[in-house]
Amino acid sequence: MLIYLLKRLLTTVPVMLLVGLFVFSLLFVVPGDPAAMIAGDQASIADIARIRASLGLDRPFPVQFWNWLWRLAHGDLGQSIFSDQPVTMLIGQRVGPTLSLMGMTMLVSVGLAVPMGVIAAWKAGSLIDRFLMALAVLGFSLPVFVVGYMLAYVFALNLDWLPVQGYVPMDDGLWPWLSRLILPSASLGCVYVALIARITRATMLEVLTQDYVRTARAKGLGSASILMIHALKNASVPIVTVIGLGIALLIGGTVVTESVFAIPGLGRLTIDAILHRDYPVIQGVVLLCSGTYVLINLLIDLCYNLLDPRIRY
Amino acid sequence: MALLEVENLQTHFRTPEGVNRAVEGVSFHVEEGETLAIVGESGCGKSVTSMSLMRLIPPSAGRIAGSIRFDGRDLLGLPEREMRSIRGNDISMIFQEPLTSLNPVLTIGYQIGETLRLHQGLSAAEARAKAIEMLTLVGISEPARRIACYPHELSGGMRQRVMIAIALACNPRLLIADEPTTALDVTIQAQILDLMRDLKQRVGAAIVLITHDLGVVAEMAERVMVMYAGRKVEEAPVAQLFKTPRHPYTRGLLGAIPRLGSSLTGRQERLAEIPGQVPSLKNRITGCVFAGRCSQADEICRTIAPGLETKAPGHFAACHQALREEAPS
Repeated sequence: MLIYLLKRLLTTVPVMLLVGLFVFSLLFVVPGDPAAMIAGDQASIADIARIRASLGLDRPFPVQFWNWLWRLAHGDLGQSIFSDQPVTMLIGQRVGPTLSLMGMTMLVSVGLAVPMGVIAAWKAGSLIDRFLMALAVLGFSLPVFVVGYMLAYVFALNLDWLPVQGYVPMDDGLWPWLSRLILPSASLGCVYVALIARITRATMLEVLTQDYVRTARAKGLGSASILMIHALKNASVPIVTVIGLGIALLIGGTVVTESVFAIPGLGRLTIDAILHRDYPVIQGVVLLCSGTYVLINLLIDLCYNLLDPRIRY
Repeated sequence: MALLEVENLQTHFRTPEGVNRAVEGVSFHVEEGETLAIVGESGCGKSVTSMSLMRLIPPSAGRIAGSIRFDGRDLLGLPEREMRSIRGNDISMIFQEPLTSLNPVLTIGYQIGETLRLHQGLSAAEARAKAIEMLTLVGISEPARRIACYPHELSGGMRQRVMIAIALACNPRLLIADEPTTALDVTIQAQILDLMRDLKQRVGAAIVLITHDLGVVAEMAERVMVMYAGRKVEEAPVAQLFKTPRHPYTRGLLGAIPRLGSSLTGRQERLAEIPGQVPSLKNRITGCVFAGRCSQADEICRTIAPGLETKAPGHFAACHQALREEAPS
């Protein structure tokens, strides 16, 4: 098991290198000259050349890449072109809100979607099943920003139950932090809930036709134990896979959600960086997302091991 | 009063093509400690009969009618809650395919202990101790270690032993074994049959043995009931059925058993096969269900369904042509 873990960690190295190469190439592929951007409209060609040289942009690609990697290995993602602050610091400031939003969304979504799927499969074909699945289709079809504005309009503006927008760190109190996350999580979670609920239902439906479920019934077990112990554990591998893959969905979704609810997170940072062509920041954010994603995939694989004894490494 | 009395059992399934009358008016009884075999080819309704006894047919799929009296109680009238306290406790079941019938992600110790905790209120530690005891009883070596195994870590024969351990954990009064040896190797089959016979004597449970293997019937059963197309066509004590089968279908079944060494004795006979196919159970059948495949069928057979008649003491057959017991000659 430990050996497997080490092996898996080692295989992430080439993946991350490839991601790094891709992210770094961004600079060369996109139109626009960062040196010219920094220098501003008034700069002379000599100024631009000087800035280019100071940034090392005049060197050949492999050298630049190597230097970049070298700095990366030392935890240096470079300086923001726009604000002149270190990228690591910029990201560090923004990680809190985004992590809060994603964590909250995942927790609530999984807690809601799995029971929804289980109940829908258990009562397959009934009104409850159809109602839940209609809800799931709705969750799929409505874009995050539409749900976000609607929720903000009803619960914040009309009913005045929750703040309209903004973010407060957890240190300032649990409720202020939580209350500002409820609406964003709800709107971001819609698609996620729909996805997980549908997969849960489909997998459970298949599992419920298996012989061992008949055995469980022949033992005299009630529906709750059959569903939660005998069926759900067998259905868990595909469900966990989708929960993990769905995190990519969430990363994309946070960008929109943070804009709608004015949350100063990584999504906002990314948008601002793109608008300003702030390449070091873009690189940093993309690298962070990819790294997270690779790590989550590793976690999913480890989960399989816990959930299904037939999968052993 | 018999332990189990089934009267006019009818199990019908709704299908898009019409009602499938999988079991149509079957009656039988099982005495305390007795072994009754139900035989017939696949699709004759023997498995559906066993599932009906346990009420394991979901109401959305099919309807069970008639009466099933277990120890004097009508199982079909019981609320689901009370039925659950009977399943796995008073009546338990062994299935055909031990690999798919055991839950792949739960340890066998958990799966044996589960019924004990549910029906006998044992604590986790007590259930574990009893599970080890059950594994020893069914002849699994190193039970204390094996208890933590998952089904895929055991061989086919061992899995079926585990199934038997689960079924017998709560000392049931009736054990329904649905093709318990069909999915196993021949050598393992013999071991499992030996085990079942041995345990039956120790535990004293009555057995309803469902099989298409007449060899198994001869080994295990005291009485045999032959089913065809959802109906009971013959019933007799096992020796009598093998000696003087009354129903043409039963004779066909007996004729279809390969005999060991028949190619050595020089008399190379073809295996007798029963021509034709089982009629569709979705249409109403007039006359005898077997008439279409029976060489003796005449006009009466095709128009009037034969009732079960006593052909000899304890020997019933549903056939117009079957003779009553002749005077001993």
